[in-house]
Amino acid sequence: MINSTSDNVKKLNSINRRMFITGSLKFFIMVGIISRLFFLQVKENKKYLTLSDKNRIREWKLAPVRGEFYDYFGNIVAGNFEAYQLHVIPEQVEDFRYLVYRLKDLLELSDNEFKKIIKKKKEIKPWETLIVSDNLSWKKFSKINNHLYDLNGVKPVISISRNYPFGENFTHVIGYVSQANKNDIESNESIKKNFVPGLKIGKTGLEKSFENKLIGTNDIERYEVNAYGRRISQLEFQKGKKGDSVKLTIDTKVQQLANELLKDQAGSICVMDIYSGSVIAMHSSPSFNPNLFVFGISQDDWQTIRNDPMKPLINKTLQGNYSPGSTIKPIVALSALENGIINPNFTVKCTGKTEMYGQTYHCWKKKGHGFVSLRNAIKQSCDTYFYEIARKLGVDKLSETAKKFGLGEKVFGNLFDVEKQGLIPNTQWKKNALGKGWLLGETMITGIGQGYIQTTPIQLCLMTAQIANGGYKIYPKIIVNEENNIQPSDKYVPLYQNSKNIKIVQDAMFGSTNEVMGTSYRSRIDDLKYQFAGKTGTAQVKKITEEQRELDLKTFQIPYEERDHALYIAFGPYKNPQYALSILVEHGGNGSTTAAPMAKKLFKLIIDRHLLRQSVNNKKYLEI
Amino acid sequence: MYQHTRLTTNQFNFFQKFKNFDYILLVCILLLGFISLVTMYSTEGGKILFHTKSHFTKLIVFTVMMLIFSFINIKFWFSIGYFSYFIAICLLVWTYFFGLTSSGSKRWIDLYFINLQPSELMKIFIILCLAKYFHRMKLENVNSIYTILTSLIIIILPMGMVIVQPDLGTSILIAISGIAVLWFAGINYKYFIYTVLGFLILLPFIIAFLKPYQKLRVLTFLNPDKDPLGAGYQIIQSKIAVGSGGIFGKGFLKGTQSYLEFLPEKHTDFIFTLFSEEFGFVGSALLLVIYAIIIYRIVAIGASSRSYFAKIFCYSFGAAIFVYIIINMSMVLGLLPIVGSPLPIMSYGGSSMLATMIGFGIVMSAKVHNQQLIA
Repeated sequence: MINSTSDNVKKLNSINRRMFITGSLKFFIMVGIISRLFFLQVKENKKYLTLSDKNRIREWKLAPVRGEFYDYFGNIVAGNFEAYQLHVIPEQVEDFRYLVYRLKDLLELSDNEFKKIIKKKKEIKPWETLIVSDNLSWKKFSKINNHLYDLNGVKPVISISRNYPFGENFTHVIGYVSQANKNDIESNESIKKNFVPGLKIGKTGLEKSFENKLIGTNDIERYEVNAYGRRISQLEFQKGKKGDSVKLTIDTKVQQLANELLKDQAGSICVMDIYSGSVIAMHSSPSFNPNLFVFGISQDDWQTIRNDPMKPLINKTLQGNYSPGSTIKPIVALSALENGIINPNFTVKCTGKTEMYGQTYHCWKKKGHGFVSLRNAIKQSCDTYFYEIARKLGVDKLSETAKKFGLGEKVFGNLFDVEKQGLIPNTQWKKNALGKGWLLGETMITGIGQGYIQTTPIQLCLMTAQIANGGYKIYPKIIVNEENNIQPSDKYVPLYQNSKNIKIVQDAMFGSTNEVMGTSYRSRIDDLKYQFAGKTGTAQVKKITEEQRELDLKTFQIPYEERDHALYIAFGPYKNPQYALSILVEHGGNGSTTAAPMAKKLFKLIIDRHLLRQSVNNKKYLEI
Repeated sequence: MYQHTRLTTNQFNFFQKFKNFDYILLVCILLLGFISLVTMYSTEGGKILFHTKSHFTKLIVFTVMMLIFSFINIKFWFSIGYFSYFIAICLLVWTYFFGLTSSGSKRWIDLYFINLQPSELMKIFIILCLAKYFHRMKLENVNSIYTILTSLIIIILPMGMVIVQPDLGTSILIAISGIAVLWFAGINYKYFIYTVLGFLILLPFIIAFLKPYQKLRVLTFLNPDKDPLGAGYQIIQSKIAVGSGGIFGKGFLKGTQSYLEFLPEKHTDFIFTLFSEEFGFVGSALLLVIYAIIIYRIVAIGASSRSYFAKIFCYSFGAAIFVYIIINMSMVLGLLPIVGSPLPIMSYGGSSMLATMIGFGIVMSAKVHNQQLIA
């Protein structure tokens, strides 16, 4: 009994000792847990609170509203319209199969479109928005609205999208917008910043150049989401800024006329204010409808545009390098006068051809012009005369003058990424580029705008404008920028040494248009208000062989690709010049018959609208 | 005089038993039950749905059961010590052959009205069994090879049967419950030290035997940011929830991590995370205090018990409950790898609550009958 009691006591001692150890251990562990809680919840609270918000709050960006383009008179030429769209949220639909077949019926979807929708539905989560149709006609949209009672989960939505009310008229100026691709996002910071799926951005033209200005900023919606990304509730809506608008110097009416004149032909028309350099019209034909691209162009439309032999995708005004033909002659004459090679009375006898080192150089007139002075040579576009003065002048001096007047360099600088700079050759250039010495014969054909020399229509227009304004340098512009307009320091710097020389050339161009025997005499306007002066040009595309010269084919007898380009440059009204223009018709045959008559119609309109344009200008100053 | 008291206390009447009740423990358990209900209500986003209803029913039934158990003489619990262990082993065998398979493991048996998890019951019955085993043993016999081997077999047998389910977490908890009894029974310190050393040496080999998902859990514990959306997701989200709670919490029903479904297993193993997110450091500390009081009362009851069996049971059960709580909390606070272990009473799960309530019932019975000697 005693033994057992003492054992019991020992046992009790042992268990109590161990309980004490355990108790202390429990205490310390408990303290450990509490301090861990303190660490997480009090000390690190901010960090975890941020993480928790990051978990639950998600932003949705909405496409920003793009800035508009206005013409000079404030008409919208690239605006926004309300596109009627149809959205479906699959999880809200009871019977998706029934719904899509019903929609297929109502919207008259093709099997292909139908398959696309089914495919898209499989790719997205059931609570995400499925865009069934992004641009519905009003008729179909209202039809859907009338049937909403049995279309559960269908949401008719009005969304803002790009619209070009003048269709093909401004395509080569403004360009078009389309869905941003990976490349666009990577190459432009502001696209990256504002990107949302389906964002439309400028792909060509000014839409692309002014992307950063036009794009605006996103509307931002903040939602609370659950672990699976489903939106639970909207926390905030932050309105974005609409993109800035851009005002063009272009007159829509003139632009439309240019488009009309070049209908079914390939070519370019540009019109410029000779003092301000404002571009009044700049059209390249054929053009295409930029609205086709907004919601993604169909394969058929794309192939049609791409495979058109007249190449609608090329902006001929800026990208087209053409031989200037006889339109270079005023510059050649001016260069010869400025350099004192000839005086206005210098006379050459034209027999229809001239020979140099065994090579024959033909004048366009087989019988020859007889004795011609400078004025007559420009007026009748005598090639022999210009062979002679070019030979005397030399290509280096000629190129100097040509460059001064804006040939051989980009007119708009970096504004248009497609613009080409043309080519004004000289001896140095040939040595560097081709590794060969310059030949005298090449100087002669450069004198009539053939050979290596290449210009773009906008350069010819600038050249004409600078001759017309009395020989002063101007900077062409296509955007009316009211604020902080920094004028280049050399604006209005005289480009001549003797202003008389400019007058002589102007007068000769007057003769070419308004006097009998002038190459564009038939296109003249006698009314002094509209009277203009110009110079025709016919640029050879292919060297004419002797046999062909004997045949003396008419334009329509030659295959289209081998026909000459028709050119015309002009300025007017002659008494008080305001505007200059250049016209180019690809494979149009002859400058005087194809291009010059267009100038007549253009000047009528331009000069009629001059006062109107002036009034917009004056009003601007009055308001200030 | 002494003899007299003993005689009278042997025949308790109903009211005396009532007087002897440990009301602090009872209040704490009821409070815990209430908190668990409130939390369960929050896991369902403030609606009374399946989990809340089911948890409520279980709480009522098992609390009543606990109260009934406390009126049963401690001698009875002593007498069924081996039997209960045997029954639990039988149930584990039954589970092995006819158990319900859910998410890859066979842990449950279908009892028509309840799906029972015998491994949870084993956590309490192993204590009962070993307490009985050591009750009469003389201290000098405790450290004999025979005793140690027998008790080890008693522990290892159910452990192995739970590991094959597979359920590593519960088998570790069973082992800890058993080892707690061995500790209090007076097994020599050196054996515990040797075991710990041996375990450390064998650790690399044990890891080699772990299943790939278990290995992943260990690796994830060591570096949860390695795969934040995969294996590390649970632990990261749990820490975010707890940490974002702050001092006073986000407020009842406002735990964003839980109602936006970032929290995994929020009804069961991670229920403390949700509670901590909504009630903050203050609430969590309060919950810990309640648990601490419960454990303190259990130990105090053990200390005041006259029978060695009651003492050893209370101490071991107190230690086991403590370990369950600590393992669960360490897991959700990122201090231990993820092993499935419920938080007693708080977590949803009938078997776990049943086992805990049986334990509380026996402890309460020890209090009510604290003057009872067992021959």
